[in-house]
Parts: sequence; structure tokens; C-alpha cells
Amino acid sequence: MEVDETTVRRIARLARIEVTDEEAASLKGELSGILQWVEQLEEVNTDNVEPMTRVVPIALKQRDDVVTDGEKVEDVIANAPMSEDNFYVVPTVIE
Amino acid sequence: MAAATDNLIAGATGDWEIVIGLEVHAQVNSKAKLFSGASTEFGGAPNSHVSLVDAAMPGMLPVINRECVAQAVRTGLGLNAQINLRSTFDRKNYFYPDLPQGYQISQLYHPIVGEGEIEIDVDGDAKSIGIERLHLEQDAGKSIHDMHPDYSYVDLNRSGVALMEIVSKPDMRSAKEAQAYVTKVRTILRYLDTCDGDMEKGNMRADVNVSVRKPGDELGTRCEIKNVNSIRFIGQAIEIEARRQIDIIEDGGKIDQETRLYDPRAGETRSMRSKEEAHDYRYFPDPDLLPLEFDQAYVDDLKTGLPELPDEKRARFMADMGLSVYDASVLVVDKDNADYFEAVAAGRDGKMSANWVINELFGRLNKEGLEVEQSPVSAAQLGELIDLISSDTISGKIAKDVFEIVWSEGGAPAAIVEERGLKQVTDTGAIEAAVDEVVAANPDQVKKAIDNPKLAGWFVGQVMKATGGKANPQAVQAIVKAKLGL
Repeated sequence: MEVDETTVRRIARLARIEVTDEEAASLKGELSGILQWVEQLEEVNTDNVEPMTRVVPIALKQRDDVVTDGEKVEDVIANAPMSEDNFYVVPTVIE
Repeated sequence: MAAATDNLIAGATGDWEIVIGLEVHAQVNSKAKLFSGASTEFGGAPNSHVSLVDAAMPGMLPVINRECVAQAVRTGLGLNAQINLRSTFDRKNYFYPDLPQGYQISQLYHPIVGEGEIEIDVDGDAKSIGIERLHLEQDAGKSIHDMHPDYSYVDLNRSGVALMEIVSKPDMRSAKEAQAYVTKVRTILRYLDTCDGDMEKGNMRADVNVSVRKPGDELGTRCEIKNVNSIRFIGQAIEIEARRQIDIIEDGGKIDQETRLYDPRAGETRSMRSKEEAHDYRYFPDPDLLPLEFDQAYVDDLKTGLPELPDEKRARFMADMGLSVYDASVLVVDKDNADYFEAVAAGRDGKMSANWVINELFGRLNKEGLEVEQSPVSAAQLGELIDLISSDTISGKIAKDVFEIVWSEGGAPAAIVEERGLKQVTDTGAIEAAVDEVVAANPDQVKKAIDNPKLAGWFVGQVMKATGGKANPQAVQAIVKAKLGL
């Protein structure tokens, strides 16, 4: 599958990544290459093959319903570019 | 399926049918969040109930809360649904400041609960509504837009709290049916104690999918009305949206599939038209989480622990206590109401208890805008009052007065009756004396009553008045008839 520049721009926008014209041109080639490789993988017959989710037989780790965390607002907002009264403050985003 | 003909709405080109499907988001009752150990408690100081997982700090990993899993399974069982022994988590990607991960962990491809069905009741007609699925997902944080003209304030206390999204099939055909469905889901969740159902706090909210069609046609294009937060608004939003769609189609237009918002003040739904890419969520399996797996024994064990659900309770009230469908239905809508009734009815007449609880107590609570937990009259007090009627100690009429006294002043009904001398007079001698007095004082009425026996009722009334309502009405009636020779 060929990726065109419009698609590159769209993906970049969805990921909120700024892409220059130069980068877009080179990404177009790189992404197309990756997709072609995936297409190659698709040639393998995987009928009746379970998707692999782990290489060793382990189960999803679960936690008891106990409050063990939180109450660390200084840590939580420590890296915020802006904060006030322990809120994060961000440019207005109302729709 | 109930006949749809009642539900059709008239348009310029003929009748239209509304088709409704609902997505209910219900906050899971748990102490800690779905994937972190931070508290779910409502109303904490900004960003206090936040772990570094909820704030999506680099390198933090989610670990699932086993109670949230159990709650989802219990809810699935309560919705008579298929429980999937294996489910998986996916990432739903979008950018918003109150979603620090940049994605919501949800279950798109393999949800924990599959198809089920519940029964609703609209104006006495039962109808079955299909459940499509139930999945677990994270709630987002909260953005506050009115604290500053140029900035939004973000609080992540809700970020990561477990939600159950319950998706119905498009089986509803009127606003009333949709309201009955949400009410029933809420009742079931509250019985199961898997969600408190508090719509005012946003702990339960619904996305409403509405489309219209001519009866028998293919499904029309639907619009999704987001985040409707009361059962009343759900009804209003559906009717307004259906009318909007009919008007557009009848004017030769076409419905755009889109997300809309209901504005109760303006009485309209509005497009939330955002950038066309906003809905490209690019779901993919979350590589941080293994599949969620359990065995049937685990499910069976949870099933054994389920409480009695509203439909079973209603059936029991009817079969064991002789209640009517109506009374039983009213009582089971809310578990607290049903519990109160059961406490009153324990060892007493079911019908009489239901009458007092529904007519006197609920009537009074409604008038004052109180919930049953706030009732000034306890179940024990009301039960004692009913005992006084059953034992003929007081009449039903006096009992209402005693109820008022207990409501406003408190106290034990038996003691109140004793202290204020409200005991019913069953002593025939005393009643006879009172009847004699009334007869002697009203010779004209006596003559009329002999010609027209219906007027005996007047004498009964006079005697009741003279005895302060304390005379046994049946005894008075018998004696009046005897004295007048009727």
C-alpha cells in the first residue's frame, strides 16, 4: 500500500506531531515501506491461529480494591507548565 | 413485541416510527480506580485522588482492580447476559486535556459481557429490550471552562475511575420506552450495588441514538445525543430530535449522521460539529494489558452471591403477600423503598402494609420531596400503627391522625393513642348513648330517615363527630340502624 502525503499529514495531525514538508516527503516513503512489509506478513496463512498475547503462560495481574495511592498533588502537578489551586491550567478548549 | 401503532408520530407525509438505542455509562461502585490504587471518592480537592498512573506519567503501568471485574460480571448477570470468560482491552485514541494518556482504555473487540435482555413495563405492557454488550472502560478527568476567559482548568480526580458502558439494541420505539429502559437499568444496578445510579452527580449518564423511519422501512440515519443526564431529559431529547429529523426529511432534506447535544433550556438538540477527524479513534489492543480471563466457576460463584433482583422481588410480593401488580411494581422500583415496605410488612398483612406505605408514607414523602431514608416515620413506627388498626384499637381514620402526629412530633403510636385518649370506643353502651342523643336532638331527620334509609349515614356521621372519630364505625352503623328500626 502506498501512503500519499495527505495521509501522512492526517496521521501527523491525529498524533499532534508537527511535520515539515521535507519530513512529510521522507515519512511518505518510510510509512509506505512499513506497510509493504506488513503486506508481506499478510501472505502467511493465519486461519485458526490464535493471536499471540504473551510468550510465556502468565495471567493478567490483578489488584485488590484498596486505596493505596493518590494524595500526592504536588507530585502530580510538579511538571505542569501552568497550574493554579492544584488544577492543571491549559489553553481554553471549549468546543 | 408490543404493538408499535401507539408509538407512531404523525408527519405531513404520514406516520413515522422512532427507533432508539441507548448507551448507558455507569460508574462502577469500587473504592479504588480501575487501573490504579487512587480513591474514587466524589468531591475531593483538585487532583488529590490521582496517582501517577491516572496522570499518565511516563513508565506507569495499569494493574486491574479485581473488584471492578467482579462488579461488571455481576451487572452482566443482572442483565441476563452472556459473560465472556475472555475479554481484552483496547486503546481509544484522542486528544483532550482531561485525558492525559491520549487514549482511553476500553474494550472494543472483546467486551467482558455480551448479549442479554431485560424486561421493561410501559403503561402495563411488558416488552423485552435487548442488551448488545457491556464493557469496562476508564472515565476521563474534568475540564472546567468558566474559571478563566483564556484557560481551562483540569482536575483528574475522575481520571481512571471504572465505568461500565451498557449498550442496548435499537429496540425502543418511543421516549417512554427509552425512559422505562433507563429506569429499569438503574434499578438493577442499584439492587446489585454495582453503581449508585446517581444521575445528578454524573455517576450514570446516557448517550441516546435516535433515528426515524416509515413503519416497515429500513433503519434511518441516526444521530447520537451525548451525555444526557436525567431520565426526564432523555424523554425530551428523543421527542425533540425525532421531530427535527422528520421535519428535515419531509422538507426533502437528508439526515447527517452526527453527534448532538441536548440543551434543555433552549429545548433543542444542537450539532457538536467538531473537526472531521475527531472520530478517528484508531483503536488497537492495549499492549500493557493481558487478556482478562476467568473460569465459569468464578462466574457461578458471583451468581450465587447476587441479591434478589426487582423482577423476582415483584413476583414474590405478588405471590406471597397478595399485592397487585401495580403496588408490587411501585414498591420494587427502588430497593430502599422495597426494604422499608418489607420491614413494615414483616408479620403483618401485606396489602394493608402496602396501602399505608404507598398511599400515606410515599404520598407524604413526595409532597415534602424526601427519600425514604429520610422518612421521619420509621418502618417500626408505621408497623406499630398498623398493628393498632388490626387489633381494632383505633380506626383507620384516627390512624391517619396518629400518622400525622408521629410524622411531625415523633413518638410511639401506641403511647400516643394511650396518652391522647384516641382509643376506639367499642363499648356498645357508650355508642348507644351517643346514638340516643343524636336521635333525640334531631326528630326531623329521624322522620326523613325512616322514609329514606340512605339517610342513616347522616346519623353515623353525627355520632362519629360526637365521639371524636373514636367510635367503631361498624358498631355505630349497626346501632343506628337498630335504633331507627331500619
